[in-house]
Amino acid sequence: MPSTPVLLDNAQKIPLNPPLSKGEAEDRGISDRILPALLASMLGLALLYAAGFADTAQLHNAAHDGRHSASFPCH
Amino acid sequence: MFNLTTFRELVVAALWTGLLAGLLLTAIQQIQVIPTLLRAEVYEENASAPVVANAENSHEHHEWQPENGWERTFFTAVANISLGVGFSLLIGSVMCLRGRPGNWRMGLLWGLAGYITFFVSPSLGLPPEVPGTTAAKLADRQNWWLITVLDTGFGLSLLAFAKTRTNKFFGAVLLAAPHLISAPQPEVHSSAAPAELAQSFITATVLANAVFWLAIGGLMGQFYKKQS
Repeated sequence: MPSTPVLLDNAQKIPLNPPLSKGEAEDRGISDRILPALLASMLGLALLYAAGFADTAQLHNAAHDGRHSASFPCH
Repeated sequence: MFNLTTFRELVVAALWTGLLAGLLLTAIQQIQVIPTLLRAEVYEENASAPVVANAENSHEHHEWQPENGWERTFFTAVANISLGVGFSLLIGSVMCLRGRPGNWRMGLLWGLAGYITFFVSPSLGLPPEVPGTTAAKLADRQNWWLITVLDTGFGLSLLAFAKTRTNKFFGAVLLAAPHLISAPQPEVHSSAAPAELAQSFITATVLANAVFWLAIGGLMGQFYKKQS
């Protein structure tokens, strides 16, 4: 059976909160999430506009059934 | 600083989610949504037939439209996938800002929020309509739709995440607001298709969009988690 000082010694070697890697630390910052989220949502809005709102005849006719089904205002 | 990894994870998850949810929606639409729509179109064409006959000499410009059958289904699928990817990117952006979602179950809740925001709330004022139904000016309806969606989204997030009761109450007021100011209506309500067809279309779209949105939320929760 190991003596108490050995146990304490081992315990000290196991860090309770392992330090974050550079990438992890960056990922946890809200400031690093704002720009990607903003850009992704703008991309999403552009797609929704083309499929659901754009009033060119070709886009309207191609997406007609999809627009009616999703209850977007149509015609 | 712009984090390219976070952006790529979001976009890849949204592409897969939108593709699968869009294809699933296209399949579900074939059960009742599309058959009802096609039946309503027959009524619409019959109702406008005398006008077309009288307009034979006019220089009517016919725009391209997909042929009925596979071509039309293909373009509907493309539209559904575009809507699916677009909605997934929005849901993913909110997930990203709130922190990582735990799993697909958490994703289902986001899907439910999207369903209420983008389908249920605007449909309470402007119900899903079959072709051949009179409606108010398109721009007015689009504006009301947009305001209602923004307002519902903001109201729901206040209800769910606000810390104080006052702010939660404000969220509930926002949810109700667009329905107190009623949606733009036509001067005279009329429809070429019979009322039961219109009702059948509403039932079909309510169900199809519920599945669509739950698929978007659940898949996005799952794929976005896997990416990270």
